[in-house]
Amino acid sequence: MKTLSKVYTALILLFLFAPIVILIVFSFNGSNSTAVMSGFSFQWYEELFHNSNILEAVRNTLVLAVASAVISTIMGTAAAVGIFRLRSKYLRAALDTVTNIPMINPDIITGISLMLMFVFVGRFFGLSNSLSFWTMLIAHVTFCLPYVILQVLPKLQQMDKSLPEAAMDLGCTHFRAFLKVEIPELFPGILTGMIMAFTMSLDDFVISYFTAGPGFQTLPVLIYSMTKKTVKPTIYSLATIIFFVILALLTLSNLVDSDTDKAIKEARKKKKAKNQAN
Amino acid sequence: MKKLLSVLLSAALMLGLCSMLTACGSAKTLNVYNWGEYISDGSEDSLDTIKAFEAWYEENYGEKIKVNYTTFSSNEDMYNKLSSGAVSYDVIIPSDYMIAKMIEEDMLVPLNFDNIPNYANIDENFRGLNYDPNDQYTVPYSYGVVGIIYNANVVDEEDVGGWDLLWNEKYAGQILQFNNPRDAFGTAQYKLGLDVNSTDKATWDQAYEELKKQEPLVQKYVMDEVYNMMEIGEAAIAVYYAGDYFTMLDAQADDVDLRFYYPERTNYFVDAMCIPKGCQNQELAEIFINYMLSEEPAIANAEYIYYASPNSVVYNSEDYQEEMGEEAMEILYMDVDNFKALYNQYGFLNQDKDTLSYVSELWHKVRN
Repeated sequence: MKTLSKVYTALILLFLFAPIVILIVFSFNGSNSTAVMSGFSFQWYEELFHNSNILEAVRNTLVLAVASAVISTIMGTAAAVGIFRLRSKYLRAALDTVTNIPMINPDIITGISLMLMFVFVGRFFGLSNSLSFWTMLIAHVTFCLPYVILQVLPKLQQMDKSLPEAAMDLGCTHFRAFLKVEIPELFPGILTGMIMAFTMSLDDFVISYFTAGPGFQTLPVLIYSMTKKTVKPTIYSLATIIFFVILALLTLSNLVDSDTDKAIKEARKKKKAKNQAN
Repeated sequence: MKKLLSVLLSAALMLGLCSMLTACGSAKTLNVYNWGEYISDGSEDSLDTIKAFEAWYEENYGEKIKVNYTTFSSNEDMYNKLSSGAVSYDVIIPSDYMIAKMIEEDMLVPLNFDNIPNYANIDENFRGLNYDPNDQYTVPYSYGVVGIIYNANVVDEEDVGGWDLLWNEKYAGQILQFNNPRDAFGTAQYKLGLDVNSTDKATWDQAYEELKKQEPLVQKYVMDEVYNMMEIGEAAIAVYYAGDYFTMLDAQADDVDLRFYYPERTNYFVDAMCIPKGCQNQELAEIFINYMLSEEPAIANAEYIYYASPNSVVYNSEDYQEEMGEEAMEILYMDVDNFKALYNQYGFLNQDKDTLSYVSELWHKVRN
């Protein structure tokens, strides 16, 4: 039974990671074939950094991902705190549902409806280009928001309510107690939410496809348009780099998570010990 | 840890904001919309066309401009984006049948050829083509011909020659056919000598019968999967564009020996530069089109795309001929002296709605 479960795990890992491993291997291919491996070389990495079209798409994607991650984190945290403090149970449930809509809604519907709205508003103001970086940013913040809220809300529920109260007892203002006591408690949730928002924005294709304007093209949209000719190994090397960056980011976030968890647990232990001593 | 992270994040944000601000600087902009990987982009020491144009413009007109270059994956994609009214582009490069449709729907602007003196580089053979018979709206960018690619290690030389190879039962399960109705029906129509632009349903039925006969022999209906499958020898016979044959040839496995030929009667396509309605700066767009026709960028683009160029400066250039090699020149430019007649006879025209829906109905029946 044990060997069976080991084989099963190995198979799952294989199916999960074999495509990525193959992609990484082919990014070092010596020829421009996407099927036959012939020698090891860095030529596709070199070429990647000479290709201004791809590099601009990478820059656009990163700018958009960072901006939408930061904005949706700030808005999402504020929204989570607001939802958490609502007195009415029904109102809270209703708001919960509403915030989840962009997440559950199929991307294609979100994309098309956003595009229609932007076109409508753009026409109203007589713009020649209704779609631009800003419309894409609005779209990305829209679908990133629920992920942040979903990460921050449970942390609020876990938080000891007496902590901010104690801070205010000791003379903190509401706002100061929020900054000094609540935010640090929520930090792991906020950070995970931000990283999720960042990655969601990074790999979104469908919504970007419908809301992209002439001045701003993200990487997934660029790669999709390469189907007239075959996709070049340059893209494999780019994907390899992105994979490792994301891997590093996730490791970092897990480290921070376990760090804070440990710190909280230790603090609680100390508190317990103190209480018992008293 | 936390401090480090917040420093990193704020640095990233600052960087993002800075680059955004520079991107919004108020230089003149030109919005170009083209096929993906359809322009020389600076890889393998080639010319970075867009950058080069920006520099060239600044040098000649003393003004900085910014070219926003974005890409689409199909004519239909491009058409949907433009007709949604959400965006305005200055230069687009669609294919012939889509151009005909856009002209019909009044979506293109007539060009002012005074701003495009390099149009003289376009040979008589590439003027007055069906999709723009009066040469008002378009400047051809690139053209291609459909042919048959086969693996000589599998296919006997005696079977090679016409469209029949795609229907040869000897190679059942080794044949790749186009995965789009127009091109697939085209192969059957050329084989039978039918008119590909016919509006008579009976001739489409005939082509349908032919495709149905072929269906059990076909390994797969493909578009760009064709590259991999031919390169590694998974299939032995495919119908595709001449320029793409050389891409496959470059990457073929050791035990594969790819060759190419044109059957008699085949499809020709042209992709051309045009200016859509709603363009913000027509003169700048025309200057760009003119630049694309000049020697250096035209040759760089033709070498990058590997399709044939309708620009006489390109195919008459000795450097270009040397770079492409004799075989490629022969295959790519086989019909260059007789192009207009062949194109106007065999090229695809835009289909009326009735025929279009009838054909897609038949196509569904072929695939099931």
